[in-house]
Amino acid sequence: MQGPAFVKIDGVSLVYELAEEKTLAVEDLSLDIEEGEFVAVVGPSGCGKSTLMKLVTGLLNTTAGNITIGGKPVRGPVQGVGMAFQNSTLLPWRTTLENVMLPLEIVEPHKRNLRRNKKAYIERAMSLLKTVGLADFADKYPWQLSGGMQQRANLCRAIIHDPRLLMLDEPFGALDAFTREELWAVMQNLWMEKRFTAILITHDLREAVYLADKVFVMSKRPGKVILTKKVDIAHPRTLETTFEPHFGAIVHELRDHIHEVRVS
Amino acid sequence: MTSEKALQRAMPWLVTIGLFVFWEALCIVTGVEPFILPRPSLVFETTVQFAPQILHHSLQTLFTTTAGFALGVVGGALLGIAIGASKLVYNGLYPVLIGFNSIPKVAIVPVLVIWFGIGTVPAIITAFVISFFPIVVNVATGLATIEPELRDVLRSLGATKMEILTKIGLPRAMPYLFASLKIAITLAFVGSVIAETVASNEGIGYLMLSASSSYNVPLVFSGLIVVAVMGVLMYAVAVWFERRMTGWAFRGELIS
Repeated sequence: MQGPAFVKIDGVSLVYELAEEKTLAVEDLSLDIEEGEFVAVVGPSGCGKSTLMKLVTGLLNTTAGNITIGGKPVRGPVQGVGMAFQNSTLLPWRTTLENVMLPLEIVEPHKRNLRRNKKAYIERAMSLLKTVGLADFADKYPWQLSGGMQQRANLCRAIIHDPRLLMLDEPFGALDAFTREELWAVMQNLWMEKRFTAILITHDLREAVYLADKVFVMSKRPGKVILTKKVDIAHPRTLETTFEPHFGAIVHELRDHIHEVRVS
Repeated sequence: MTSEKALQRAMPWLVTIGLFVFWEALCIVTGVEPFILPRPSLVFETTVQFAPQILHHSLQTLFTTTAGFALGVVGGALLGIAIGASKLVYNGLYPVLIGFNSIPKVAIVPVLVIWFGIGTVPAIITAFVISFFPIVVNVATGLATIEPELRDVLRSLGATKMEILTKIGLPRAMPYLFASLKIAITLAFVGSVIAETVASNEGIGYLMLSASSSYNVPLVFSGLIVVAVMGVLMYAVAVWFERRMTGWAFRGELIS
């Protein structure tokens, strides 16, 4: 793809100041993400992956360097980004449907139109819930759902307002292995249908390779990108794909780099 | 299983009745004078005997208590929201509030009497000042403990501070508010009865004071028990509201 990247992170550093202590969380970090691309960021724990996410969404300000989204520099919280965390953060006093519709009450132009087009919006939310297999649970409360179901609802909430950028911070981290693999497929379906730009932060290399077009490996703190690996496997990928030698080889390569980082 | 449930339900009554039986037996065994510790049966007899007066005075106390409590809920909730939502308000007001709450409330009643005279108003105000502090603290805590991830999700959607407050803060603070109401309502009785004892010619506090000055100790105890009963009833009302308004906070308990 030509032209400037959709998300451009250019020479970014961030220093945390806690009392007297200064911690360099990320240093001289640069990476480009094209529009509609699904990328994953992997690295040892404490390498500033979550910091990166907060920087891109403007929840933290950079100490040095620039971040632009769609050509516009990020200053202050970026509007209308979708976010999903490991903790599903659903609101316990809202039903699944009401939870999913939360962004529509905040993001324009939906906020303006919500009252008038309530029916259409509910249909939209319902069809999204159907895609992830939660149609029958729309009226249930989050605590009546299993962890995997909560995370499905969380994904729906993150993309209901058609964000151009979706940030995923280990969204499947707390799930059991089978549920996690199930949700990879759900995530891939959603992405193939909507083609938003997605940044996935994860510890799980198989997850990264399954979902992403491009995987960035970060070094330990202060975090910087030490490897950019393109995943040249066509979508849709299935669980079968993960057992193919080529898939295994990519995971292996990533694993080697992480190992180097950890011992160095 | 069902018998266990029945037992659970009967427990409060069993314990209360047991307490009275123990008290009665203690009085009979020790032969203590009624003007030191009257037997519950005598207290009950006195209650029936003085029923019209007790009813009149307890309605007065109930009125001043609920009026003070209502003011406490409104004032406490508003102040709690301000303190919980704004660091600036928190820093400015919290130390003052703690200082104010440390003042024994009985000490402010004479001041209130100078301002408003004796009677209803000091009782309402005392019930108000004593009940609003736990509400403030709880509501502020509910707002201050919003999960940072949830705040991030809303901020990245472009939510304003006001939207974060109304969509997450307030619903989240509700269980805290209702928990504090249970404490506040019982405290409100303490406030109103104190004020009535010091400066009023109406209310249970006044009734007990005048009864004790004429050595009618059974009537004093009757007043104490009436206050306790009203306290329990109002507490039950608070619990009922809590369950209705914030059932989600009790999760599975209610359904199972």
